[in-house]
Amino acid sequence: MFRRIWALVVKEFLALLKDKTSRMTLIIPPLFQLLIFSYAASFDLNQVNYAVFNQDPGIASRELLGYFKGSPAFKLTATLDHLGQVAPAVNEQKVLMVLHIPQDFTRNMLEGRSGQLQVIIDGRNSNTAMVLLGYINTIVTTFSTQWSQDHGWASPPAELKVRTWFNPNLESRWFIVPGIVGLLTLVVALVVTALSVAREREAGTFDQLLVTPLHPAEILIGKALPGIIIGLAEGSLIVFLTVNLFGVPMLGGLGALYLGMGLFIVSAVGLGLMISSIAVTQQQALLGAFLFLVPAVILSGFATPIANMPVLVQKLTLLNPLRYFLVIVRSVFLEGAEMSLLMPLYWPMAVIGVVTMIIAGWLFRNRLY
Amino acid sequence: MRRGMPGWRRLKGLIRKEYYQIIRDPSSIAIAFVLPAVLLFIFGYGVSLDAKNVPLALVVEQPSPATASLIGDFQDSQWFEPKHFNDIHTAQEALRHREVMGILWLRSSFTRELFSGGPAPIGLFLNGVDGNTARIVAGYVQGVWGKWLVRYAQSQGRELTMPVDVQQRIWFNPEVRSTNFLVPGLIAVIMTLIGALLTSMVVAREWERGTMEALLVTPVRLREILLGKLIPYFVLGMGGQILSVAMAVWLFEVPLRGSLWVLMGVSALFLLAALGMGLLISTVAHNQFVAGQLAIFTTFLPAFILSGFIFDIGSMPGWVQTITHVIAARYFVQVLQSVFLAGDVWPVILVNSVALVIMTAVFMGLVRLRSRKRLE
Repeated sequence: MFRRIWALVVKEFLALLKDKTSRMTLIIPPLFQLLIFSYAASFDLNQVNYAVFNQDPGIASRELLGYFKGSPAFKLTATLDHLGQVAPAVNEQKVLMVLHIPQDFTRNMLEGRSGQLQVIIDGRNSNTAMVLLGYINTIVTTFSTQWSQDHGWASPPAELKVRTWFNPNLESRWFIVPGIVGLLTLVVALVVTALSVAREREAGTFDQLLVTPLHPAEILIGKALPGIIIGLAEGSLIVFLTVNLFGVPMLGGLGALYLGMGLFIVSAVGLGLMISSIAVTQQQALLGAFLFLVPAVILSGFATPIANMPVLVQKLTLLNPLRYFLVIVRSVFLEGAEMSLLMPLYWPMAVIGVVTMIIAGWLFRNRLY
Repeated sequence: MRRGMPGWRRLKGLIRKEYYQIIRDPSSIAIAFVLPAVLLFIFGYGVSLDAKNVPLALVVEQPSPATASLIGDFQDSQWFEPKHFNDIHTAQEALRHREVMGILWLRSSFTRELFSGGPAPIGLFLNGVDGNTARIVAGYVQGVWGKWLVRYAQSQGRELTMPVDVQQRIWFNPEVRSTNFLVPGLIAVIMTLIGALLTSMVVAREWERGTMEALLVTPVRLREILLGKLIPYFVLGMGGQILSVAMAVWLFEVPLRGSLWVLMGVSALFLLAALGMGLLISTVAHNQFVAGQLAIFTTFLPAFILSGFIFDIGSMPGWVQTITHVIAARYFVQVLQSVFLAGDVWPVILVNSVALVIMTAVFMGLVRLRSRKRLE
């Protein structure tokens, strides 16, 4: 029995790797994408082009603008002379924000009243606008505190001291890069498996396989193993690069990570084989792969938190193995989570893997054309 | 040079053949209509960056009227779902187990220090693993706390003025509704998938089955074969685009401030680029299997991450910004977000349209070049 499965595994590997384009497709894109995406995917802003429309000749506006100039995230690209220039600059995306300081800014502040700072932000990407607003508030608060001290203003009776756990600088890269580990591992597992049965169906060789002494379970194992092996190999490489190239701290143990990765790949391979055995043609299999892959990524909590989704959609994400794996990867990397703490995340993936494999195996025989 | 039939009749024949193929395997029609409907539905309802009902632990070590009014403000806020804890250790344990997103800690000395003129410290602990959400939550807490502070000072007969009063104007999306920018961006991602999925298999299939050689020995020219592939799928793809725009406007209530004609014109340009990319994948790959693998790798994730749909391109390192220029979705996202939310901003529309035309030309040129080589 083992020899029969082994023969099938060898054949599957040959089918995947003997063609040069196919070999390249499996190795080059995931590594390049890890490299590029890890640098690209971040919610942090570090180059905000802004314009200043300053009508106030006084000292306060000059001091405040100095704070913006001194911040590395901001880049002054234009100084405006009249109000009419504001709209074109924002509309044409020359600047992301305009700081407008009215004439009486310094006078108000010297007389103990609040000076008005008008901030105009391009809201076409509302998340960028929100992040930017946070940056602006931080700068203005720093300036205000300094001004209060220098000019003897009453200090507020209470102050908020924020401390952040696990990711003190709130770098979204630390959150995103471990997520990319999950994304790419899923894509690799799908690429290897989603078309494999459909191709044989289309070529007619699957019928031949079914009339051999191989049991459907053996065919299933033979089809699943290459996906699992390639997925684990590429997953390990991606984790290695994440730690050594991107410097994301790995606080937890490899055991907890690999148990998660193994179960995740099994469930992804199961889903891929299930899609593949439902499809009659490779085009249908490709459509199926995308109909699974895209929602799986979007509803995984990779970029947008699951907690913000409506309750019904949150329930739907329970079927998504990537959802569990992302939490595992992030917990192991950033929080140093132990295996015991992650137990509630391991078993759903195992269940998804087993169920999809059983369905795929059943479809082998019961969906003949 | 005259052959048996004029070119347009040969083209018509090819289109009719492609049409039958589309009708008989419904997966092409599913790609054009089911894929966008399903994805937009899940996305439009499922995805939001606006945190609401954030679970926040409240630890009050010594209750007093002052702490009660502050805590009351957090309970009334729509952003938070407060959970009360008796001491900081159990609250920290809850933070560690991800039961709460943050902890607001009022120490036993809080009231005393507040009365003595302060500043009385309020501790806020946040789970920073998701840095973006943590920053948003910190902003919410600061908002609630700031309002309370002004009111508290007033109740003590003091006027609390901050030196600078920030008046924010967020243009195009004043209520900062994330659906308004996610849905237009999503249309670009979906159209990338549709374009590549529709055509990535079709040429590879002809090579795999040997029908391409059969076609090439007929008087049909290469240009006609490619046009015969493009036109039917272009029509199908535009159908998908119309469906997506209709869903965006009527189902998700994204305002369409620019003109529909501009939107459709740029969509047509983008669809040509996306179909061209699919044809290139199909031509480079030797068979459908490899074409499918390439399509999975090269379409979704690059369009998702590098198009500026969700991650700001301006904040990427320079070399990554350069790479984003070969992602057609990048240009489409900019036009979509502008035409939907800002209106017909011609400088943005023209620059990006030119880029799309260039990308289409490059893809088609490469397809012709590669196809000719295959003949030798």
